[in-house]
Amino acid sequence: MVRQEDEIIRKRQRERARVTALLLGAFVVLLFFITIAKTGVNW
Amino acid sequence: MPTLELTNPAALPADWRDFLALTKPRVMYLVVFTGLCGMLAAPTLPPLVLGFTAILCVALGAGACGALNQWYEVDVDAKMRRTAKRPLPAGRMDPQSALHFGIGLAVFSVLLMGLATNWLAAALLAASILFYVFIYTVWLKPRTAQNIVIGGAAGAFPPLIGWAAATGSFAALPLLLFAIIFLWTPPHFWALSLFVRSDYAAAGIPMLPVVAGIESTRRQILIYTLPMVAAAVAPWPLGLTGHVYGICAAVLSFVFLVLAARVAGNRATEPAQMAPEKHLFAYSVFYLFALFAVLVADRFLPW
Repeated sequence: MVRQEDEIIRKRQRERARVTALLLGAFVVLLFFITIAKTGVNW
Repeated sequence: MPTLELTNPAALPADWRDFLALTKPRVMYLVVFTGLCGMLAAPTLPPLVLGFTAILCVALGAGACGALNQWYEVDVDAKMRRTAKRPLPAGRMDPQSALHFGIGLAVFSVLLMGLATNWLAAALLAASILFYVFIYTVWLKPRTAQNIVIGGAAGAFPPLIGWAAATGSFAALPLLLFAIIFLWTPPHFWALSLFVRSDYAAAGIPMLPVVAGIESTRRQILIYTLPMVAAAVAPWPLGLTGHVYGICAAVLSFVFLVLAARVAGNRATEPAQMAPEKHLFAYSVFYLFALFAVLVADRFLPW
């Protein structure tokens, strides 16, 4: 019982870590493009 | 780790999908769409990435409102069939996680809006979040049948925010767009609350059909539709839009009025016999989408 619940906890923690990493990565990319747009550089 | 804690579902870390559900993504489309249209209707357009960020912030702000609303209304949600399976009443999430998530999302969306576009748009976004959470959810909703009438202002902010993000200022057109959504909200929600009124009654929410009765609500729907139609058509005679918008708005609003009149004429009291109410509710969603889409089309079409 405890082992099964431990597995659920680990699985959720792994999934949440993955989603957080993806969102942080997307945020960094967004900040990069915002900075480019604010500085008015044309590509 | 003790076994007793683990047997409580709320003690488990919440699934990320439950955090997503907390933001009510299904009701976010209209907020995002009207915000986008408010931005596209503006005379100047921001660079693509800044426009995208502004709309993202509107979506995140709406998500924060959804999360804080669900945190505050967990007891009420548990009593309604429609909402009992949400993460908090179903016990899949710790309330404190929802509160922190909601506040974090709200602060993040406002700061990002201010940094990416301008602080007028950020202030409007902050005002809409605070209005929704404190004026609507905490103050009006559990106390008065006028909750939707005044609370409708919270959902009316997005076109104003979109316009402000693009221009850094106000104008007559976005204020009219605000008025359209503000006046559209009562007929839209009252049509829904007529055929789910038993849910609201069970939860003790004083929605108009519960407090004033079915007949009065049907009358109010028709009465509120009249100023909404006037606000929807007004940009045309005021010269703020072209003929395409004006004609489409008149036709769309006429159909809305006919459906509202059918609701006013309905005498059924059982939800199963409330086809006019269901038709009006479904059409009201289409109406707002179509009206704002036509507004943008009118701005970009060459005639």
